[in-house]
Amino acid sequence: MALLEVKDLSRAFGGLQAVNKVSFSVKKDTIKALIGPNGAGKTTLFNLVSGMLPPDSGSIIFNGEPVHGFPPYRTASKGIARTFQHVKLFPRMTALENVMIGRHTHSKAEFIPCMLSLPWTWREEKQIRVKSLEIMGFLGISAFAGNEAASLAYGQQRIVELARALACEPALLLLDEPAAGLNMRETAEIARLITKIKEMGVTVLIVEHDMSLVMDISDEIIVLSYGEKIADDVPLAIQRNSEVIRIYLGEEDA
Amino acid sequence: MNFHKYLPIAALISAVIAIQLLTYFTGSAYMLTQLTMSAYYSLVIIGLCILMGYAGQISLGHAGFFAIGGYISAFLTTCNLLPYRSHSLVSLFSKAGLLNMSEDLYGGQALHFHPWAACVMAVLFTIIAAYCIGGPVLKLKGHYLAMATLGFGIIVYRIVLGTSFFGAADGLSDVPSFVIFPGLEVSGKSSVRIQNYYIASGLVIAGVIILLNLINSRIGRALRAIHGAEDAAGAMGVNTAKYKLHTFVLSAVFASIAGVLLTHYNGGIGPSEASVMKSVRYVAIVAIGGMANLWGALLMGFLLNFLSLRGYFGSFDDAVFGSILIIIMLFAPEGLLHKNSFRGIKKIFSHTTKEEGQA
Amino acid sequence: MNIELFFQYLVAGLTYGTIYAIVAIGFNIIYNTTGIINFAQGEFVMLGGMIAVTMNKFMPLPSAILAAVTLTMILGALIEIVFIRWLVKPSVLRMIIITIGLSIVIREGALHIWGESVRALPYFTGTEVSSIAIGGVFISPQVLWVIGVSSIAVVALNLFFNYTLPGRQMRACSANRDAARLCGISAKNMVTLSFVLSAGIGALAGCVVSPITYVQYDSGTGLAIKGFTVAILGGLGNSMAAVAAGMMLGILESFSIWVMPTAYKDVISIAILLLILFVRPSGLFGNKEAFSLKEF
Repeated sequence: MALLEVKDLSRAFGGLQAVNKVSFSVKKDTIKALIGPNGAGKTTLFNLVSGMLPPDSGSIIFNGEPVHGFPPYRTASKGIARTFQHVKLFPRMTALENVMIGRHTHSKAEFIPCMLSLPWTWREEKQIRVKSLEIMGFLGISAFAGNEAASLAYGQQRIVELARALACEPALLLLDEPAAGLNMRETAEIARLITKIKEMGVTVLIVEHDMSLVMDISDEIIVLSYGEKIADDVPLAIQRNSEVIRIYLGEEDA
Repeated sequence: MNFHKYLPIAALISAVIAIQLLTYFTGSAYMLTQLTMSAYYSLVIIGLCILMGYAGQISLGHAGFFAIGGYISAFLTTCNLLPYRSHSLVSLFSKAGLLNMSEDLYGGQALHFHPWAACVMAVLFTIIAAYCIGGPVLKLKGHYLAMATLGFGIIVYRIVLGTSFFGAADGLSDVPSFVIFPGLEVSGKSSVRIQNYYIASGLVIAGVIILLNLINSRIGRALRAIHGAEDAAGAMGVNTAKYKLHTFVLSAVFASIAGVLLTHYNGGIGPSEASVMKSVRYVAIVAIGGMANLWGALLMGFLLNFLSLRGYFGSFDDAVFGSILIIIMLFAPEGLLHKNSFRGIKKIFSHTTKEEGQA
Repeated sequence: MNIELFFQYLVAGLTYGTIYAIVAIGFNIIYNTTGIINFAQGEFVMLGGMIAVTMNKFMPLPSAILAAVTLTMILGALIEIVFIRWLVKPSVLRMIIITIGLSIVIREGALHIWGESVRALPYFTGTEVSSIAIGGVFISPQVLWVIGVSSIAVVALNLFFNYTLPGRQMRACSANRDAARLCGISAKNMVTLSFVLSAGIGALAGCVVSPITYVQYDSGTGLAIKGFTVAILGGLGNSMAAVAAGMMLGILESFSIWVMPTAYKDVISIAILLLILFVRPSGLFGNKEAFSLKEF
């Protein structure tokens, strides 16, 4: 059964049709990649799915429930977490605190209990901390849990952002160019982590420019061009698809 | 429960007692009046500190909330309902025990709202006003937010200044003392000066404890996340609009309570309490304290308000706050108490540049 | 209400509207080159009026005005050089607070120099009671001065931005600061120039309007709020729209005293400001789509 079902999704900016009637589905426990040349509408599509932008038309069904037009915090609470193309950590907070924000949807202390510091809020806070440290351990970044996020190296920031998204315990994880700006060793590390995350039972939708990474890890690939879906298939078939080669890979050869 | 978390609170309580003893032994007990007033102003400032420093939302209209609290409570406790006692609404209030009868200087009788009832109504009204204003205003950012809150502050100022039953330019006076319970009253009488100093300080300590709890909780973390990167906070499941609004209302309530009690303490309130300069002064003190630094805001709130009320700045009062504001923002945008303070000055001499992120 | 009274109100509205528009243009000039709202803009207007009144004691009116405008422009340049120029990518919050601090210091400085008394320049031509009849409507000659001088200033600014090199350079900076710098334009000097221009046009407005509205140490704040309302109403950064918006606000305010006590006159324009900010922060003539993409 499909975890995410996107149907006829459209979004325009002024006269520019950024995403045009795109439909696709993501099966549970798979990694699906979204590729396409610059300006193909990949990030817009991501923003639509994560609720950062409302669609003009079309529907997004997640876990059998419509989530289109939801504000981002509601899509997050439904189980969709994301990372950003340009890392968006909370710069003045420590790496651990950043990850702890990810536990927000799994905790419930509101203003009044927190102001009164009721005992159950301490227990909840402790659970948040333990779980966050566990996730950081899983991704191998416990060493700089106490460092301010802004002080971390770029590659480390990427992984902290990944940890923060994982802390949401999402059913679907949206990764927007997780390897952008990383060197080969770091890219290989990210690829290893993404596969590990999939094995944990998290479905992944990924936008990525690094073709070898995409071909390596993904189960299925969607190709976008000028806001429209060109192909949607397994990696091997995508590599052989003449339309894709002409529009996308052909440009690389030129 | 770790003990050291409450160490600063214990230090604060000791400091409050030490100051009182100091004034007692040096025979300067008259200073308690200004200290009490500074404490109430500090209450506004720590509330604003949460909104500005932690949630990252500027408000140039907090004097408006202070004035709403003060004016409503002053109005309700001074307006005479006796001529309307047969009105059904008034008799309903009377039956509910919200009113009390008092005698004025000439032996004439007057029927007022009880200060408790007035206080509750003032705070409730502030909450409603803060929700109504905060809802649309907090969607704005940067200059737009600053101007919109400034606009709100000016509207409150203009209304109290231009409305006759709020005393227009004279404000409201003869506000009765607020008997919290028998034996404990908020009033400016010199016989209860020490008592009032402790009421005000106690309230500030309670406020600090509540806000520290909030800062160190899941909510405080979410607020700092909103400050750091609002869209990322949203994507992590933080309902940013709701949290900003609740923080706005919370800080408005702090301002309003301070307004109510200071009005009872002073026995009146004037339009200058609602002026833009007051709002700017609150912002200035939070900035000097270091924005996201509750202790800094508290310390500076006490200190600067005390100096100002004692008249140390003379006729340069506003100019001093203006200058402090400029100097702090130029050279120490993290506040006086931060390790990176005066980085700008150091930079001039060392000729290194370090980029500062957009807020 | 008879038709004459209607026109009287209309003319009064236009006069105030002109001044609001000029203040709004002052906001826009600085906003376009820096992205900063200069909260001290109203103080430039106040200073223009105040300095001119003082100078007029020693010299004839035209040279007093010239001196006032020049001095305010120098002050504008100084403010930029001392307080703004060397900040590296300051946050919006920081800039707001600095300019608010500046406005307070200028205002308090004015209080200490000139005291609390209300001053005014003499009428440029005629006296307080002289009036010109245009089609049965009596208007003060000073109104014509206000509208005339302001129109000339707006046209001159337009010519400056469109047909002179520094004007074009400033526009280049506002469109894309980095690209302008790559073309060899000194973005920093352009910012200084924008403060100078903005101070100058504000001071000029302060001079021409002072015979009608009078000037006091704290008259800047009110004007700044109105000017900002107008700038927002027209869409921040759009000076031509600000002129239209200024007229609208001026006329609206002028007629509002029919239905509201005068004490609440300011409440009207601020309520409009809030309303616009809530429903259409891009302004009446602005582009909503482009606005939503703007960075703060």
